[in-house]
Amino acid sequence: MSESPETADPEEVRHVAQLARVGLADDEVDQFTRQFADILEYFETLDEVPEVDREADLANVMRPDVERDSLESEEALRNAADTEDGYFKGPNVS
Amino acid sequence: MTENLFITEETIEGDDDGPLAGQTVAVKDNISTEGVRTTCGSEMLSEYVPPYDATVVSRLKEAGATIVGKANMDEFGMGTTTETSAFGPTENPAAPGYVPGGSSGGSAAAVAAGEADLALGSDTGGSIRCPAAFCGVVGIKPTYGLVSRYGLVAYGNSLEQIGPFADSVEDAAALLDVIAGEDERDATTQEPPHDSGTRAAEHSSYADAATGDVDGLSIGVPTELLEGADEGVVETFWDTIGDLEDRGATYHEVSLPSVEHAVEAYYVIAMSEASSNLARFDGVRYGNSGGYDGNWNEAFSKAREEGFGDEVKRRILLGTYALSAGYHDKYYKKAQDARAWVKQDFDEALEEADVLASPTMPVPPFELGEGLEDPLQMYLADANTVPVNLADLPAISVPAGETDGLPVGLQLVGPAFGEKQLIEAASALA
Repeated sequence: MSESPETADPEEVRHVAQLARVGLADDEVDQFTRQFADILEYFETLDEVPEVDREADLANVMRPDVERDSLESEEALRNAADTEDGYFKGPNVS
Repeated sequence: MTENLFITEETIEGDDDGPLAGQTVAVKDNISTEGVRTTCGSEMLSEYVPPYDATVVSRLKEAGATIVGKANMDEFGMGTTTETSAFGPTENPAAPGYVPGGSSGGSAAAVAAGEADLALGSDTGGSIRCPAAFCGVVGIKPTYGLVSRYGLVAYGNSLEQIGPFADSVEDAAALLDVIAGEDERDATTQEPPHDSGTRAAEHSSYADAATGDVDGLSIGVPTELLEGADEGVVETFWDTIGDLEDRGATYHEVSLPSVEHAVEAYYVIAMSEASSNLARFDGVRYGNSGGYDGNWNEAFSKAREEGFGDEVKRRILLGTYALSAGYHDKYYKKAQDARAWVKQDFDEALEEADVLASPTMPVPPFELGEGLEDPLQMYLADANTVPVNLADLPAISVPAGETDGLPVGLQLVGPAFGEKQLIEAASALA
């Protein structure tokens, strides 16, 4: 058991938001920092869970690779904000 | 209609004949409908029009059903009240001024209001059973793998199943007959094994199992799922057990110590899966675009800041945190241990009982606007439903009566692929 519950600070919330590619306004950072403290403290009780033998009796199921029809590219592109020459158009990589 | 049941009202006609000919169905708005927008209750997908049908939608059409609209829901299925929808809350037709439950609140409410004969919802941690209980209708969460998830927009894919709502157990079972069964487009589906050892196994369909026969039925009552529940809910629950006893069922108390950790295990797993599943919404192939200014990290962050509501952001961030370096073993691995423990506990209890019974929700419906400010309190309301998803088992919520004029649901949980047994028992009540 760790000595004190994990408490998220605003820097950590900003860091996680960056990893998740979710922009946050300053007031959202404050709100989430408060709420995450409560929620993470509650998650701490998972420390009390014993190690459990997970008997997964699984077998791989295989099938031959068969060619079949898929979506027409026009259909696949229909929901995109912008396209170019039959491709999705994304923002600059860097 | 004033309850805000549907995000999109549109009639989709099915085939002329079939077992559901003449029946109207509301479909939760996270289930893909070809040519009809599917928003998941989110601004992110407010203009998204799927190019294909979910398998369950194809099966509805082939069965002759008429789809009447895409039902309101908590954004991406994340909520217990349908108030996190970007399209506004739905009001409970069975209890005006109260929430319909969630996340499939629009589906349950459409049936309760008589705007659809039947409905489809999805259940990741209680999202069918909670609104069924709050709206006074029947809802079934099938065994993991019984119903195809192809075309269901994923949130917690190891936990969720599509399932039916109806006014009666028999009607819900008839809809389950239509949607259940293997699908080559969802590798986790399977034909239900022939469960010859269980009650009701000999019935040729789910609907045929709705006989209401509970003579000799053995009911286990997990004491942990009554602790801390609302007094009026507990009273209604025991009245219903007494009713079943009068018709030949017996009950005994059982203990499931693992369920004390089910809510935290569920939220760690569901949020972790959500953080991964919702990574696809970058605004390039579909969804709210973040534009073309700056680099792709900036554009994606903008698309997601604008497109997602608070609860979705909360869960993506907490899931990202739980999976991040240094925390994975502490949260995600422990949650998987808890999941295996819950599974063992349920399997053992179901060796000594045909079904396990509890109140579906430990509380009556919340008033509209009551709980949005405190997410943790809202998560704790899922205490009785999330263990079933962790254990991959089937469960049904059936109306059990009222407390102070508000609907109360009884939850019955059965062994894997034991839906017929649940349907037989629950049909004694509705």
